[in-house]
Amino acid sequence: MPVIRVDDLTFRYNGIDVISNISFAVEKGTYLGIVGPNGSGKSTLIKNILGILRPEQGRVELFGTLLGSFRQWEKIGYLPQRLNALNTHFPGTVEEIVQMGLTQKDADALKRTLEMMAIGHLSSRLIGELSYGEQQRAMLARALIRRPELLIFDEPTTALDPETREMFYSLTGEMSRQDGTTVILVTHDIGVIGEYAHNLLYLDKKVIFSGTFKDFCSSRDMAGIFGPSSQHIICHQHDRTTGASDGFD
Amino acid sequence: MDLIEVMRYGFVQRAMIAGVLIAAVSALLGMFLVLRRFSLIGDGLAHTTFGSVAVVLLIGVSPLYVTVAALPLVIISSLAIYKLTSSSKINADAAIGIVSSLGIAAGIILASLSGGFNVDLFSYLFGNILTVNNTELILAFIVFVVVTAVVVYLYDDLFALTFDQDLAYSMGVKTRRINIILFLLTAVAAVLAMKVAGIMLVSALLILPALTALQLSMSFRKTMVASVGFAVAAVLCGIVLAFMMNLPAGAMIVLLNICFLFVVFAAKKLSVPRR
Repeated sequence: MPVIRVDDLTFRYNGIDVISNISFAVEKGTYLGIVGPNGSGKSTLIKNILGILRPEQGRVELFGTLLGSFRQWEKIGYLPQRLNALNTHFPGTVEEIVQMGLTQKDADALKRTLEMMAIGHLSSRLIGELSYGEQQRAMLARALIRRPELLIFDEPTTALDPETREMFYSLTGEMSRQDGTTVILVTHDIGVIGEYAHNLLYLDKKVIFSGTFKDFCSSRDMAGIFGPSSQHIICHQHDRTTGASDGFD
Repeated sequence: MDLIEVMRYGFVQRAMIAGVLIAAVSALLGMFLVLRRFSLIGDGLAHTTFGSVAVVLLIGVSPLYVTVAALPLVIISSLAIYKLTSSSKINADAAIGIVSSLGIAAGIILASLSGGFNVDLFSYLFGNILTVNNTELILAFIVFVVVTAVVVYLYDDLFALTFDQDLAYSMGVKTRRINIILFLLTAVAAVLAMKVAGIMLVSALLILPALTALQLSMSFRKTMVASVGFAVAAVLCGIVLAFMMNLPAGAMIVLLNICFLFVVFAAKKLSVPRR
């Protein structure tokens, strides 16, 4: 049973297709990278999967249950893209935000998660007083504290410093490999995501490409979109970090 | 006339109890409205209240029950604002503007068509807490109990929804249901607040205590408590001062709320060390 199944999903805004006829499935433990240009519908797809937006057509199943009947939201950790819309006067402390939605407050889990994200010292600070990177780390802690079975991140690393970004990728990669956590990551960081993701979905209103990173590197369609040299650079960057070779050199 | 003497009057006691209850309710709800950028909903609903009061008076309801009788129309208006804002094609401020202007325009037309009422419709514009009757006192108490219970019971959901609606939805919060509850309670609070401050100043009771408390940069829970504290202090001091100085209580309460905001704002500025 796939963790996510999307069938023929179409979402329109003001009569214009934002995404159309999207179909794919994500198995348990998969690390899926969703990539594509600005305005390609990546965030819209995620919002449709979570039921935040309602599609014109198609269906979504989460953990084998139709979205409309799905109730096990504690299985999902989500980090939305637009944290920059955060009200700077919001009076929530980091501790309050990270524990948001927990039915039972767990002091040990809170401490562990805050330490893991290196924000233990900020627990009593107001979220609006923090830098964007610190806010993002707090939001990551919130998504991770419940140890959910499915993690959905919408461009989570944009404001992170290289060290925290690296920590984020290795942590989510480890959760996917060792705990069988399913990870969906929307990103522009296509070179880096290839190091961790089992599968890539290239979206531009429709699914243009779906497959492994190796398939991506050998895809003529992707070479047509990125240009052969850019595709080579992306895949070469991946080779350098993993030591793998797909025969481009 | 000293304070003890003032407190001996039954209508002052009723005014103080009702004022405290209504101020606490408005402050609690105001916290969520201000943070979700729905600050002007109180204004919109108050203007709708004007139209509702005109309808109620036109059909001959006794002035004693005007507040209660006006509730259904204001509740419908709050749902209309919710429907318009959730359509995502109209911004919240524009939706509030539409319903608000409809309320005022309907009120004026009805007043004109009826050739005037026995009760001065325009007295509702400025309110008079000293005329609170027993029905309104009981209504204020019921609303206080309901709003407090809802805020306590749904605290986690309201917190998440106020922080980020999409995130709250992904956590399983019934965002639509809670939004409707919040709008309905605000409608009831706006009708009651009309008695305290008048239609023109209802939004002040919803906005000012929350804004003042937010200046203190505390946790969400503490900010809520502080907001209620400022609101209650303004009502109690406002009624006493108004009575002693023979000034309108509603306006005095609002002015005190503004004073609290400026004092806290100034204290915060002064406490930050200059570079």
